[in-house]
Amino acid sequence: MSEVYLEVLRPGINTTTQDYGREHLYHIGITISGAMDLRNHKLANALVSNKTDEATIEFAYQGPLLKLKNGTINFAITGDVTFNIIRKNSKSEEGKCYQNYILESDEQLDILSTKKSVYGYLSVSGGFKLEKFWNSYSINTKANIGPNNGKKYSTGEKILVKNSEKLKIKEKKINYVNPSSNLIRVIKGTNFDYFSNDSQNKFFQEDYLITNLTDRMGMRLKGSILKNTKSSNIKSEGLIRGVIQVPADGNPIILLSDHGTIGGYPKIGIVVSADLDRVAQLSPGRKIKFKEVTLTDAENLFKDYLSETNKYLNATN
Amino acid sequence: MIKNISNLGDAAIYCDFGKEVNEAINSEVIKYYHCLSDVIKERKIEGITNLTPSYNKLIISFDLGITNFSNIKKKIENLKIEDSKKQTSKKVKIPVCCDDKYGLDFKRLSEKLSLSKEEILKLYLYKEYFCYMTGFIAGMPFLGDLDKNIRCDRLETPRVKVPEGSVGITEQFANIYTFESPGGWNIIGSTPKKIFKKNNINDPALIKPGDKVIFYEITNEEYLNWNE
Repeated sequence: MSEVYLEVLRPGINTTTQDYGREHLYHIGITISGAMDLRNHKLANALVSNKTDEATIEFAYQGPLLKLKNGTINFAITGDVTFNIIRKNSKSEEGKCYQNYILESDEQLDILSTKKSVYGYLSVSGGFKLEKFWNSYSINTKANIGPNNGKKYSTGEKILVKNSEKLKIKEKKINYVNPSSNLIRVIKGTNFDYFSNDSQNKFFQEDYLITNLTDRMGMRLKGSILKNTKSSNIKSEGLIRGVIQVPADGNPIILLSDHGTIGGYPKIGIVVSADLDRVAQLSPGRKIKFKEVTLTDAENLFKDYLSETNKYLNATN
Repeated sequence: MIKNISNLGDAAIYCDFGKEVNEAINSEVIKYYHCLSDVIKERKIEGITNLTPSYNKLIISFDLGITNFSNIKKKIENLKIEDSKKQTSKKVKIPVCCDDKYGLDFKRLSEKLSLSKEEILKLYLYKEYFCYMTGFIAGMPFLGDLDKNIRCDRLETPRVKVPEGSVGITEQFANIYTFESPGGWNIIGSTPKKIFKKNNINDPALIKPGDKVIFYEITNEEYLNWNE
């Protein structure tokens, strides 16, 4: 029997496979990677009855145009995404996020754009047929680690689908609206006191513009220059997702899933875990406002985030 | 000894071992790192997702859905650190070709240090360096300490691309670019040796924290014919 696969007719801007990412490798310089918006990754899987850590296809801005070969799949798309399903009779059907669809052999899926956000997710029932690297399906294009030789997908490549035998399809649909607030909660960083009082105040009062220098590694911001009164370099030390570091030029950078594992710029703050999905979805050109919270606040915010995620996951059952 | 434990955001712990960079402090960090790795393997602590040792800090990342700052902090404070922990340190010899086509920054270094290329290399090669940490990019070792006479600042403007294999120096440290990457270190040569082998899943990094590294010189011909 021939293998079932999606042929990439147009790759989109940055199309990779992702899951929860890698653990226990920071100490050798391998970063965590993983879906930039973990909730949407999980929801995509749940809508096609997969385990939530199954690989999904993550795309950014413009997504891929895919043609299915040799079988039938049950798929879902999450995010704030415009897409069409091109049926065999060449009729184009407008797709809706947060519900599952059937795609037949030789039909196409045209993922046009992620509207006012950045990332979207495509899941197929049974998952994609990929090899794990360091226990993860995540593609890290900077270190070339992961399936597809660690590279983003390009035209002509085939993405194999694991299972397409007799699908038992249950219609699934949830009502989910992506949060769009630009207010990002932050805990003060270990070098907060490196900055002048005026800059400390401005950091929490003024807007910061998201520049085009934004990708899976990090997000460069522009705004009121953050004046460092101590030293613009620290001895290199470990980094985590969400760290907001400030190089000598005074413009903050938020580190995201493919960030470098160590670095020597002072840390003014760290985005709370509950807001990591949301910050990754803010597109260049938008403005961010930071709000200071305590550790206890952050822990409670994360509980709320998880219970809301679970509420929607349960709604797919 | 850990001087101070604080939170780095809501999902990581920041263990501060001091401000200085030296082998004694770094060895403490590495000792804690090894002890904690064992404890994690034995499943005596739940929820830790990563340990990042550096010169004088250890960062412990955890899954906030499983545990939290105060739980892990208590565990760290009660951790029994065994001094006699297995000494896994080894000596690694790294071949380097320092011909001008690989050593991109000899001119800059000579001007800044008032030393000839030969004098710089005499102070750099065949010395034993200590590996403080690996990271930034996969497998990149941070080695030290360099002779005081060859310590120099980073480039004013970092290169967008430093070729894979390049060996660099800055301040009291030496490194090896395991992959092509942006970087601001002074490049003085290149090694044909693979420092990070991603297909070697269980042990991809040749040089690990605590290891000793010696650079020795090879000719361009040896470089080009290098075979592992």
